[in-house]
Amino acid sequence: MPEAVVQMTVNGDATEASVEPRVTLADFLREQCGLTGTHLGCEHGVCGACTVLVDGAAVRSCLMFALQARGAEVTTIEGIAGPDGGLTHVQEAFREEHGLQCGFCTPGFVVSVTAFLRDHPNPTDREMKEALSGNLCRCTGYQGIVNAVRRAVGAEQ
Amino acid sequence: MKPSAFEYHAPDTIDEAVAALAELGDGAKVLAGGQSLVPMLSLRLAYFDHLVDIGHIAELRGIRNERDAVVVGATTIDAAVEHDAELAARVPLLGRATPLVGHFQIRNRGTIGGSIAHADPAAEYPAVALALDAEIEALSPRGKRRIPARSFFEDIWATALAPDELLTGVRFPVWNGRSGFAIREFARRFGDFAIAGAVVAVQLDGDDRVERCAISLFGLGPTPRRATAAEHAARGQKADIAADELGQLAMSELTDVPSDVHGSAVYRRRVGAAMVHRAWSDAIVEATGA
Repeated sequence: MPEAVVQMTVNGDATEASVEPRVTLADFLREQCGLTGTHLGCEHGVCGACTVLVDGAAVRSCLMFALQARGAEVTTIEGIAGPDGGLTHVQEAFREEHGLQCGFCTPGFVVSVTAFLRDHPNPTDREMKEALSGNLCRCTGYQGIVNAVRRAVGAEQ
Repeated sequence: MKPSAFEYHAPDTIDEAVAALAELGDGAKVLAGGQSLVPMLSLRLAYFDHLVDIGHIAELRGIRNERDAVVVGATTIDAAVEHDAELAARVPLLGRATPLVGHFQIRNRGTIGGSIAHADPAAEYPAVALALDAEIEALSPRGKRRIPARSFFEDIWATALAPDELLTGVRFPVWNGRSGFAIREFARRFGDFAIAGAVVAVQLDGDDRVERCAISLFGLGPTPRRATAAEHAARGQKADIAADELGQLAMSELTDVPSDVHGSAVYRRRVGAAMVHRAWSDAIVEATGA
């Protein structure tokens, strides 16, 4: 199938590449941009490991084609921390609260929680848990992750 | 877990999209937010020679208020439906149903038109459209038409849309007066498709009698269903009618309740009856207070 040229901004850098239409945004980021922090667990929209920000909105990058991101600003886990590499409140909270074990799901959680807390700076426990429900972790049992979100809320206030 | 190859088309206008669908024929599929289509492609449950991406067509997006109805453009994302205050006031069921659609990341991409055109029998928007007697607006080379929700959902993932027809919007009538609205569903985990659910809209007269009502069921057959016998039984009755009996009556009309790993047909009927009971009670409380 003919490839098409797509332009988007990835972590602040203007990017232009030729892609096969069936390439998902997740595969594009990993294989053509070399940004392997975006993880692929299920590849059909269930696990949330591939969550990235597209124009600020947290989305599953396995559920969109790279071509659909034409003109968009994409932020991956690599673009979440500051340019000096300093951790954000959310990243620090995950570390402090042991909100991860193997770390596979962590990029998706951090991106989702970053977007969620931006839009809900003072969430209830229920809102917090609902927001986490779109990301799966098979190690922690979630308690450390919930605690990390609570700590991040406190840190930003 | 990778989709098979396809050709990608990204029209900028509705007319270009309709022309593309007409030209490409059966081998083409419309891609909106992709939250149902892309998993099906990735799992190779479906494949198409052509995808027509309507996500860049500005005129398909947005919420338009009319005197007696609200028209939601096909590619309006769920998150926009969820957070529109005027829509929540005029068509409360949309604001209440949307938080139950997938997870927030899905609602940032998923579209109302995509959900209705996909017609999953356990999805919320088709059931809301059916309850409110919404009309689905479609455009093809033969012109525009409005399809009543009652004749739109034909079978599991099958609708009255022709292959060359583009769903452009959904027209939801506004209910006035002493009305109440509720949606209840049961899923094993938050964000999952419901095992069974019910949507209720009810309007009371000044004497607290049911003047108008709609009960729509989802996850309980190959399409969303109206519980017509239960609606008929409720109409004209006092608001304190036994809601548990309405739930039983709603289930008695069903002949093809699915049975799968998530629940047997017997279990789904019990859940469905409870959801009707609860949604009816919620809606009556709201209408009585209105």
